[in-house]
Amino acid sequence: MSKLKQALEAGNFAVTGELGPPKGVEIGPMMEEAEKFLKGRVLGVNVTDNPSSVMRIGSLGICARLVQAGFEPIYQIPCRDRNRLAIQSDILSGYVLGIRNILALTGDHPSLGDHPGAKCVFDLDSVSLLHTISTLKNGKDLSGADLVGSPKDIFAGATVTPGADPVEPQLLKMEKKVEAGAEFFQTQAIYDPDKFEKFMKTASRFKTPVLAGIVIVKGPAMAKYMNEKVPGVFVPDSIIKPLSEAGKEDRPKLAIDLMAKLMKDLKPMCQGFHIMAMGWAKYVPDLMQKAGVA
Amino acid sequence: MIVNVPKPMEELKELLSDYQGVYILGCGGCPIGCESGGRARLEDLKAELIKSGKKVSGIQMIDFLCNKALVGAQLRCRIPALKNSNAVLVVSCGVGVQATAAMIDLPSLPANNTLNSQGMQGLWPSVERCDGCGDCLLHLTGGICPITRCAKSLLNGQCGGTQDGKCEVETQRDCAWHLIYEKLKALGKLDNLKKLPKLRDYRNWEVSDQERKNTRWALEEEQLYRAPKSAGRQ
Repeated sequence: MSKLKQALEAGNFAVTGELGPPKGVEIGPMMEEAEKFLKGRVLGVNVTDNPSSVMRIGSLGICARLVQAGFEPIYQIPCRDRNRLAIQSDILSGYVLGIRNILALTGDHPSLGDHPGAKCVFDLDSVSLLHTISTLKNGKDLSGADLVGSPKDIFAGATVTPGADPVEPQLLKMEKKVEAGAEFFQTQAIYDPDKFEKFMKTASRFKTPVLAGIVIVKGPAMAKYMNEKVPGVFVPDSIIKPLSEAGKEDRPKLAIDLMAKLMKDLKPMCQGFHIMAMGWAKYVPDLMQKAGVA
Repeated sequence: MIVNVPKPMEELKELLSDYQGVYILGCGGCPIGCESGGRARLEDLKAELIKSGKKVSGIQMIDFLCNKALVGAQLRCRIPALKNSNAVLVVSCGVGVQATAAMIDLPSLPANNTLNSQGMQGLWPSVERCDGCGDCLLHLTGGICPITRCAKSLLNGQCGGTQDGKCEVETQRDCAWHLIYEKLKALGKLDNLKKLPKLRDYRNWEVSDQERKNTRWALEEEQLYRAPKSAGRQ
């Protein structure tokens, strides 16, 4: 049984973290980072799968290693690289390896990554992937054939971008995801509590827990990049200005303080946080402490 | 030749269920060759629709629905009848349905399914393309094709990569699902998003050898006149 599911169903505030696997088989440093900064602190650990279409060791293998090491992984499955046979088969493989949480994603287009000439698959998308998971949980595959043992304890999640403009298409798709079987949401990075509150007013009617996405803004260059390149994410001046004025050595502490304040503002509006540290895992314990979610 | 075949009458009645006044527009090109269109089919459709309680506000053939200038010029003469219509039933390939949707602000609904011919677009010069998926969904998407216009051919709405209405693949390219959302919102048909099939059946995209023989698929290859052997090359 997924501990993340248990916590959210019991109405407990849940915090999840994230790991980005390396390009290659040297996973020691990543596992060490997980042991030192995430273990015992977060309920679940997302493992990205070829993020931004950049080839890396896959989520399935790392999730299995995390299970062995006593973590509860959240297996991210994008639809970019595998057709419905491969994805169903991987979900079953993950289940026998002890993986219970899945995050269903459409995935980035291959042209954005490091193998831009790759064929894109997208046989399924986030909604049809959630439908696939629900079908498997009910003991059938997509062809309607009976499974010999169903992965009935999978806890299926999805993503949403509350800062998208317009936001209505996001809400329409969120509704489709819930109907297809999404049991929790992790959002894109949020920096505007007012906008998020407005979003949650509508989204709460889906009665599905939402973990607000937290990405630590490390400095003004990162903020500028996110504002220009990351869809639906807007870092306000109230975060950029103090970071620009601070000296480089003071930035990490300031960044954590700014994020902790944001998290305190967001906490009453959501059911959890999903912290994407992006190389700053060492600051996660301090951040959680200061935000009052340790 | 863009090979297209009639959708079953039951499906047509279903996709027309929300519309009372129907304008029937036929293409006089490929559907004639495929025997999926032409004046006789338009008259049959008109009779069937009237029988099922619809009002047919007009019926029109245009030689090639993929010819932008021709479509524009000929539809312009029929604006009064179009104003009395709630939807246009287009008897053509997917290009013709999208061409109609791009030029008139009425729901354009496909009467036919287009079979895959690997890239033939007729004479249509604009961004509307038909991939011949074999199971036309244009009645649900405001006449904008998600298969050809979305970089990922998604069926369930925009992905997380869309920004300011543009696609993540090219910043100048419109996000197909943003266009579909805006169009359906303008038509008051956002509910259509819930009616889309979750999964695509790729068998409809593969054309069997049998079908290639049954339809007029290979018309271009048919030798209509063969010179007598005695008159062969010197």
